[in-house]
Amino acid sequence: MRFQLTEDQQSLRETTAKYLSDAVPVGHLRKLRQHPAGYEEEYWRQGAELGWTSLLVPEERGGGSVSGNALVDATLLAHEFGRHAAPGPLLSCNIAASVLAGEAPTTRHAVVLDELLSGSQVVSWCFTEGHPGGHRPEGLTLAIDVEGDELVLHGTKRPVEAAAQAGHLLVSGRSGDGLTQVLVPVDTPGVSMELMETVDLTRRYWVVRFDRVRLPVDAAIGQVGGAARQVEHQLQLGVVLLAAETVGAMERGFDMTLEWAFDRYTFGRPLASYQELKHRFADMKTWLEASHAVTDAAAAAVDGAEKNAAELVSVAGAFVGQYGAELVQDCVQMHGGIGVTYEHDLHLFLRRATLNRTLLGTPALHRRRIAELVAEAES
Amino acid sequence: MNSTRDAEDGDGEDGDRQDTAGFAARARTWIEANLRRVDPSVYEGAFRTDLTEEEELAEVAQERQLQKRLHDAGFAGICVPRCYGGQGLTPAHQRAFNEALNGHEFPARIQSPTMAPCLAVLLEFGTEEQKRTHVPPILRGEELWMQLLSEPGGGSDVAGVLTSAARDGDQWVLNGSKIWTTGAWWSDWALCLARTNWDVPKHRGLTVFILPLRQPGLEIHRIEMLNGSKEFCQEFLTDVVVPDSDRIGDIDEGWTVGVRWMFHERMLYESPLVTFPAGLSRSFASSSYTNLARAAGRQEDPSAQELVGEARMLDVVNERLHERMSRGIAAGLVNDQAAAIPRLFKGVAAVRLRTIAFELAGMTGGAWTPDDGPLCDCGVDFLMRQTGSIGGGTTEMARNVISERVLGMPRERSADRDIPFRQVRRGPSAGRRHG
Repeated sequence: MRFQLTEDQQSLRETTAKYLSDAVPVGHLRKLRQHPAGYEEEYWRQGAELGWTSLLVPEERGGGSVSGNALVDATLLAHEFGRHAAPGPLLSCNIAASVLAGEAPTTRHAVVLDELLSGSQVVSWCFTEGHPGGHRPEGLTLAIDVEGDELVLHGTKRPVEAAAQAGHLLVSGRSGDGLTQVLVPVDTPGVSMELMETVDLTRRYWVVRFDRVRLPVDAAIGQVGGAARQVEHQLQLGVVLLAAETVGAMERGFDMTLEWAFDRYTFGRPLASYQELKHRFADMKTWLEASHAVTDAAAAAVDGAEKNAAELVSVAGAFVGQYGAELVQDCVQMHGGIGVTYEHDLHLFLRRATLNRTLLGTPALHRRRIAELVAEAES
Repeated sequence: MNSTRDAEDGDGEDGDRQDTAGFAARARTWIEANLRRVDPSVYEGAFRTDLTEEEELAEVAQERQLQKRLHDAGFAGICVPRCYGGQGLTPAHQRAFNEALNGHEFPARIQSPTMAPCLAVLLEFGTEEQKRTHVPPILRGEELWMQLLSEPGGGSDVAGVLTSAARDGDQWVLNGSKIWTTGAWWSDWALCLARTNWDVPKHRGLTVFILPLRQPGLEIHRIEMLNGSKEFCQEFLTDVVVPDSDRIGDIDEGWTVGVRWMFHERMLYESPLVTFPAGLSRSFASSSYTNLARAAGRQEDPSAQELVGEARMLDVVNERLHERMSRGIAAGLVNDQAAAIPRLFKGVAAVRLRTIAFELAGMTGGAWTPDDGPLCDCGVDFLMRQTGSIGGGTTEMARNVISERVLGMPRERSADRDIPFRQVRRGPSAGRRHG
């Protein structure tokens, strides 16, 4: 998050921070561990009123950013979600809203968009697949074939966020050489789901299988076979939102641990007085500031459709993915045994940073992507 | 009166307003017509040893000429008041010039330490006479400056200066040794931090002087680094006489000057006194890592791709972090000690980048022929790897600054506070070169 926000951005951030502190304090998060959705519907609906699903949607379609930089604004929400380890399908719903608002409205899609904006419907993005390369648009294998005036979907997506809470699934798949995106009602015959286990306490992920699922051609969002750029853009939004959320979790973990270092005495002096530990805090502070810096830069580059946006996005994915989890693990080390107990709050943030590291490309995969982009730029 | 700051504020007597866009256009035209285009990579590589002594002296002479041409065209000392031969313009003008300079030759050796920190310290603390005597020749490329700051026994403890200056009527007699001066053997003048009082605690007995480097009693010894570079020097001062008129700041107040001196040193590319192609200042130029992978025949090797991607990642993050902290400090939103954060990052990243290059080179990192192109010297650069975490203040010192001055953690215990410097214990290695 930037050092300086506009007044409206500040207000957006503070409203969400306050709401999250009241609605999902850490004690409550522990109770949500057994909750099938990980959150209450009313929690999400009220969040939507605060703008949780509308920032990436233009005003004329019922949304509106607060600063004109839609993704930068959305990262403020993601940051607070990270700071609070908050539940709710922030990523999927924002990406779905952005896609639906980006295409000429069909009646069916317009209704879903309205419900997304009001928080009364969740849409889950079915993008990644569980095979090597399944984190990149060009690696997708789920088939979306045209048969007469129907689309036929066949394949498997995982992990899919909040699939059981969703009214519709936004499915990205392959049509021959091109990509297609389809909005699939969850109750369509041939759609089945299996709950996955996950490191996070409140986020729920599913394997979603599409067994020759048939839909009318107008279920497609945009052109059949012409969605590659759309999907790439969604992926950029997603990686940046995950990075911003991880930065929030890093910041919270760091703050807690800094306080601990001053309060905890061993051998008659505070942890904060040991040079070996001071130096590790200096490293952590540097990783934290660097993560802020690169995430903000990536968000601004995507908003401005800048030439280096793709590279910055993967740099954020690689750096924040790697150092997010590393920082919180170091916080655990500073705490000692208490840091790996369920009772202590630290694991809530470790879980979030760890989960996000895996979702839309691991750090290693982002590093390889950066190398590809550098090679493309040089040739 | 702080002249540099006047220029920044734009309200000094020299604040001759000239619109930045017009200035930038004039700069671009002049640069295109007068300066050679060069591949930025000529300014990269840490202390490579490809130049002979004669070649290096020829380059220094050529850079002095280049500085003279900048001066004659009205582009030297853009933020220096006109009464000292500068242009009396603003940092925005200097930035515009630096932008226009991208991809062109420039007097690289005359920027650090001549312009920052030396010129900056002169402008901030020098007497009127000192400024009128030295600033114009600096801007004309006639005086190259050095900083006699670090000492063989000092390491990170900069204030623990052992070089002494003893008063003798209207003059001072200096004795001692200084080290890690870059290119002192082809420079003209120096700033020197010396001890003038041994009976007060270490920070309170220091004084700053200026002195010519070529004079009796001052012996300059070139240090050979492990890669063969002789860029760094050590100086031995034996009864070097400095007139009191060449003292900078008050007697025993040298640490006040020293703190600003080191601040200007850290500013380097951010300093409005430094001329440096804008694109060059931030990048580690890791695009060359793709070339390394290709030269090693490993462009399709996923592990090599990961290394290339990591190198680029470090480069980009370094640049963005630098930008974030500079903005935060400039806007007063974080304290200026937070400059240690990008310093730490850069030091650690620089070390890692050398490792990556070495790793990409594989077997060629250990033995090579001239046909190995970009892979040549990756091994030697690896031997020099830690320089990025040592030079300009070690990363350990940066970690102390971050934990103590940014995060507010307790200061390290020091055994030399509040006692006369004379009584401070010194180890058996004090005075030896690598102590």
